[in-house]
Amino acid sequence: MTNIQERRTKPIITSKEIPLEHPNVKMKAISKKKNYFIKHWPLYSMILPGVLYFLIFKYVPLAGSVIAFQDYNLFKGIFESEFVGFKHFENLFTYPEFSQIFNNTLLISFYQLLFGFPAPIILALLLNEVRKMVFKKTVQTLLYLPHFLSWVIVGGLVINILSPSTGVINEIIRSLGGKEIFFMQEPDYFRSIVVGSGIWKSVGWNTIIYMAALAGINPQLYEAAEVDGAGKFRQAWSITIPLLLPTIMVLLLLQIGHILDLGFEQIYMLLNPLVTETGEVFDTYIYRVGLVGGQFSYTTAIGLFKSVIGLILVVGANKLSKKMTGNSIY
Amino acid sequence: MIKESKSRRIFNRFNYLFLSLMGLIMLLPFLHVLAGSFSSGNAIMQGKVTIFPVEFTLLNFQAVLSDIAIWKSFGVSVFVTVFGTIINLLLTSLMAYGLSKPNLKGRPFLILFVLFTMIFQAPLIPSYLIVKELGMLNSLWSIMIPNAISAFNLIIMISFFQRVPKDLLESARIDGCGEYRTWWSVVLPLSMPAMTTVGLFYAVGHWNGYFNSLMFIRDPNLFPLQVKLRKLLVESDAEAMMQSVELTLSSIEGIKMASIMLATIPILLIYPFIQKHFTQGAMLGSIKE
Repeated sequence: MTNIQERRTKPIITSKEIPLEHPNVKMKAISKKKNYFIKHWPLYSMILPGVLYFLIFKYVPLAGSVIAFQDYNLFKGIFESEFVGFKHFENLFTYPEFSQIFNNTLLISFYQLLFGFPAPIILALLLNEVRKMVFKKTVQTLLYLPHFLSWVIVGGLVINILSPSTGVINEIIRSLGGKEIFFMQEPDYFRSIVVGSGIWKSVGWNTIIYMAALAGINPQLYEAAEVDGAGKFRQAWSITIPLLLPTIMVLLLLQIGHILDLGFEQIYMLLNPLVTETGEVFDTYIYRVGLVGGQFSYTTAIGLFKSVIGLILVVGANKLSKKMTGNSIY
Repeated sequence: MIKESKSRRIFNRFNYLFLSLMGLIMLLPFLHVLAGSFSSGNAIMQGKVTIFPVEFTLLNFQAVLSDIAIWKSFGVSVFVTVFGTIINLLLTSLMAYGLSKPNLKGRPFLILFVLFTMIFQAPLIPSYLIVKELGMLNSLWSIMIPNAISAFNLIIMISFFQRVPKDLLESARIDGCGEYRTWWSVVLPLSMPAMTTVGLFYAVGHWNGYFNSLMFIRDPNLFPLQVKLRKLLVESDAEAMMQSVELTLSSIEGIKMASIMLATIPILLIYPFIQKHFTQGAMLGSIKE
């Protein structure tokens, strides 16, 4: 760091520099720039592997998305395959399957936003009221735990608990005189199961960021409010919520940007052929039909569509939030 | 402290009750599956198992552990987690060190170059084709390399490296340390909390992830634990296991529960250690805003 700062403030007098009386001024400017890189090559060589990584695994696939405009053929490759323009994008809107998975994705995402987003905020506010530290730590330890388990394990737990023959829930239903429900085979239950298991896994973990924000609030504000006669709920409404708002907005914006990414691992673990009508979402469809089924071009078009919508949403929501609340992610 | 009002006391009571309930909801599924994994097939089928084993048996675990494929998968997962994390940390910290120099020419562009990949994701199929073109299909590289750097972890690390006191970097330079030496002997040791946190982020990701292996690995000998476990739970691998042990006391459900527990145990063992660092890490992310 200091190296670079020095270069900017002090005149350059190292022996490696080009002599000042060099006749060709233009030449000198170029060499100077070149010299900067030579002098700092260790730094650039450290960044290089990372840059190559992003180029190869993030940007080349982005360029490779041109196959969405082709009838991509694995044997012909990307340069030989025939261009078909927007055919696959037009198909998006004519295939009945597409509107179904679009619908499923949006609905699950919407429920996640509606129930999953406020849950950790409420939980954090409640945890914040706990004064007994041992109790708080114990509860937090339990709440964070599911976050560290894979979706295979959590999916296994869910399937086990909801099993019609041996699951606990059906055991309870039976003991109350009801008839067992085949939860995993009923399309009507799938979305609730996805949203519910998602909340179970992540609600505790997501409180952390809010807890950190709550810890940063000056306690004198509450004392002053107390003196003014404000009750606990009034304090929460007039002090805590406004001070949490920036954190809430940033997280909301990030989630809105990911509205079409539902997390492949969760849904694929819970999905089975009986519930695809409500459960198939973009990510699982692209995997199943595209990667396994070989419809490369069509599903790349879906992928591009998804990324573009995500970009528009995040930019739009960011603008709106900046205008309305003054908070933004960039 | 001001004397608490009556309504406050009632609120507190409900609050403690509610939070205890939440804690229990997180815990009960485990206790149930743990109990089931030690219970006989009959007891499970009859719904007798709650959170205590009924007709205690070790046969479920015996059935799972006698399957060589499980051990192989376990080995693959350990390998991928250890080596994958080393690759992650090496590449991420090198790049973060370079980008933590505020005056480096081209830095703003490079940061943008990284951030863009966070808000505009490349579609799945071209990403798959690249891995295929590089000849990584069906090798463990395909699990480790395509996720070598996470943009999010990189940003966390940059912001952490920037907090290393400038005087220390300066004195290292005066003592004749080059950039690599400074990175390895000054910055990395001073950033151990960040390295541990980010390392754990990566390691848990490797241990728990199954999407990449599902896409790239066809050879059953290279299946990581999660893929193998998934086959056991939702495909019919558990039935195949039944052939090898006495059918009376073990059961498909029991075997499934035992394998869930076996995959959970490694995480539970390091959980106390993880929890501390992860909480710090989650907050690190928020500081940069």
